[in-house]
Amino acid sequence: MAARQEHKFKVIGTRPIRHDGVDKVTGRAQYGADIDLAGLLHGKTLRSSHAHANIKSIDTSAAEALSGVKAVITAQDFPNIEPGMAQMGELPVNPQHMSLNCIARDKVLYDGHVVAAVVATSPHIAEEALKLIKVDYEVLPHVQNVMDAMNDDAPILLPGLGKGDDGEPKDTNVANHVQFERGDIAAGFAAAEVIVEREFDTSMVHQGYIEPHNSVAQYSSDGQSTIWVSTQGAFTARDQTAMVLDMPASKIKVVPAEIGGGFGGKIPIYFEPISLILSKKTGKPVKMVMSRAEVLKATGPTPGSHIRVKMGADKDGKITAAEVWMAYEAGGFPGSPVGAGCMTIITPYDIENLKIDGYDVLVNKPKTAAYRAPGSTNAAMGSETVIDELAEKLGIDPLEFRRINGAKEGTAQAAGPKFGRIGYLETVEAAKTSDHFKSELPQVEGRRVGRGVASGFWFNAGFQSSATVAINSDGTANVVTGSIDIGGTRASCAMIAAEVLGLTAEEVHPVVADTESIGHTDMTGGSRVTFATGTAVYDAAQDVLSQLKERAAKSWKVETDQVTFQDGVFTCTTNGNESMTLKELSGKLPRTGGPVMGRASVNPRGVGPAFATHVVDVAVDEETGKVDILRYTAVQDVGTAIHPSYVEGQMQGGVAQGIGWALNEEYVYGDDGRLQNAGFLDYRMPTCLDLPMIETVLVEVPNPGHPVGVRGVGEVPIIPPPAAIANAIYSATGVRMADLPMSPPRLCKAILEKNG
Amino acid sequence: MHALLLLHTVSMTTVFIPSLLRKLTGGKDRTTARGATVREIIEDLERQFPGFRDRVIENGDLTGSIAVSVNGEISAEGLHEAVPDESEIHFVPAIGGG
Repeated sequence: MAARQEHKFKVIGTRPIRHDGVDKVTGRAQYGADIDLAGLLHGKTLRSSHAHANIKSIDTSAAEALSGVKAVITAQDFPNIEPGMAQMGELPVNPQHMSLNCIARDKVLYDGHVVAAVVATSPHIAEEALKLIKVDYEVLPHVQNVMDAMNDDAPILLPGLGKGDDGEPKDTNVANHVQFERGDIAAGFAAAEVIVEREFDTSMVHQGYIEPHNSVAQYSSDGQSTIWVSTQGAFTARDQTAMVLDMPASKIKVVPAEIGGGFGGKIPIYFEPISLILSKKTGKPVKMVMSRAEVLKATGPTPGSHIRVKMGADKDGKITAAEVWMAYEAGGFPGSPVGAGCMTIITPYDIENLKIDGYDVLVNKPKTAAYRAPGSTNAAMGSETVIDELAEKLGIDPLEFRRINGAKEGTAQAAGPKFGRIGYLETVEAAKTSDHFKSELPQVEGRRVGRGVASGFWFNAGFQSSATVAINSDGTANVVTGSIDIGGTRASCAMIAAEVLGLTAEEVHPVVADTESIGHTDMTGGSRVTFATGTAVYDAAQDVLSQLKERAAKSWKVETDQVTFQDGVFTCTTNGNESMTLKELSGKLPRTGGPVMGRASVNPRGVGPAFATHVVDVAVDEETGKVDILRYTAVQDVGTAIHPSYVEGQMQGGVAQGIGWALNEEYVYGDDGRLQNAGFLDYRMPTCLDLPMIETVLVEVPNPGHPVGVRGVGEVPIIPPPAAIANAIYSATGVRMADLPMSPPRLCKAILEKNG
Repeated sequence: MHALLLLHTVSMTTVFIPSLLRKLTGGKDRTTARGATVREIIEDLERQFPGFRDRVIENGDLTGSIAVSVNGEISAEGLHEAVPDESEIHFVPAIGGG
């Protein structure tokens, strides 16, 4: 269901078939693993089975001698990158850590860390050769829990890396400390009628994209290289690879393949530099494709965490103080999203007195990567369940409690900056008046049923984008961008261009270009593409329109300001009889000055944050601990919905992933530090059989910072589900769950403890 | 005369001090600073609170983990970001997204 406002647009807000749809449903779309080149060789990697060990030596001689093997490489074949930080668009990266995460040099830091790679005439020969490589390890004690890793006597992963609160170097696994503090927290708690304090543990989970990582690289003897890869950012992959290989970025062309999901996990590089080195060694193109086990063991999951939340509220339901302590697993290298967790955990609310501490902690697990609203889902599990408990203790409806405290324009975020126009309260109101929230709870024989609600906040992002719009002689247009299309952004960009040019969506042909065919464009992430690349497309289309007006004026021998454009028709204002359609004018371009192409490159301001409020009904089997989702409604301020179906799809996808995170998904490590469930049989993601139809309510509060009101929509829907489900489980059973996942064994145990 | 004119044209900005840097400001959670860009604001903070600059700038740019918000908007241009009159500046963690 979509409750949408009426607006002035003709194309925006409609639901055309996506431009890439036919290719995808007929199997013609080219994904990374589909790329085939003459003389193609196949690469495979040898990975550590130790969670923490020094590499004493690697003997590759037997592997090199195997028939069909063309080369074997180790970190010694890579440049030794010095420590330091570099900017990747708006974001900092550590090239040395990127390099060491792609292939270990002296030390392995997690089960699955790459130590060597083989290239051979077939993948099977490469796999056989891996067994012939002898690695001599000095196994070290490992640590995989953030609380243990913060202890003074914990094994240190990266000596000399850490720093204390004074900024001085310190041997510690704490790579970073974030803190926000304002107001008088003691006075705030003293003024509280009720105080709730709870601790939470959440497990490491994976983004779970269906398509494994891949890379096909071709190194040319003239020093130019091409990489075909499934990535969230062609330029990002190019620049990271150039850093790791100490090459000029201009020597690498990245051709983005179609992408089978990313969710943040395909922003980092893994096989790109390895395949390129292997190609350079052999002079042949090299393809590498990960297995599912490799994906789970060694590509960016999102961190597990330990979180303490203490909040107080007065008798009227106003939150008087909040104190939060969070430690996030960074994995083997620094960079967990704990900063984002700190900045989002209580940000839907206007709280005067607060203190938030967050720690980025190294553990012997894969280096974490972004995952849809990174850091925020764990955080909301803490804050949104504590808020539910506060509301309950005060006898206030949980949505009314959120309305009382909800952030609005002018409210200071936890990190300090004030909000512009936001639509959080609108989501609370829409949830309150939704059919779902007003309905009676369904009853299920033999089960306990309950309803829960929770909210979430995500910033969204801007960053750099480029676009061109070219007019064809038949009056259609080509839109070229550098934004990888994960969630339907080809369609949204085409629709924005169509809106400006008075065309239909089908008359605009969107193309995702490689790094040599469009200006720099940052990664697809941060819910930024329809906002930022959409801005570039809008500006480029306006550029086209301006040029076309000049051509019409030239045809009519009048000034440009005497030409107007509406509904696809140019009209001369000083001679009402003169008019011509865009299609007619397009056919005359060769005789009025030649082709017309608009372009724009932007680093836009005016990012519009996103808020969501979700409602869920669950049925709990108290004997088994199994939770069934009976009904789920996601309400979200989406700004202007360019293509409502794809907005709804983003919301439903985020909810589905959040439900998996809530109920089943977790990395399970053995005492030996090895991942025990590196496959989809044991890493339990929800399927369509586990989920009801997820209902959506689109609240459209246009973003005043965007030409057509776009906010990002892809990330915030993953934030509320675990907390909403935890609140629903409490409603059903009286058990407050504090750990994720709330899997049958955990829930069963909690119910048994409650029942004595 | 020119110097006086300059003083009147350079903005006075409210800067919110991150809690982990308040040791440098004697516990003050906010202060005022002059400057037409983020870099100039930080230079003025350095004059007021020696050591401040090194906590937020590294190798001539904002340290990797920090972003600057000017009037609620994360600055796209980092140290070069223009700071209008009567602005509010916050130093916040740099974040991306999935």
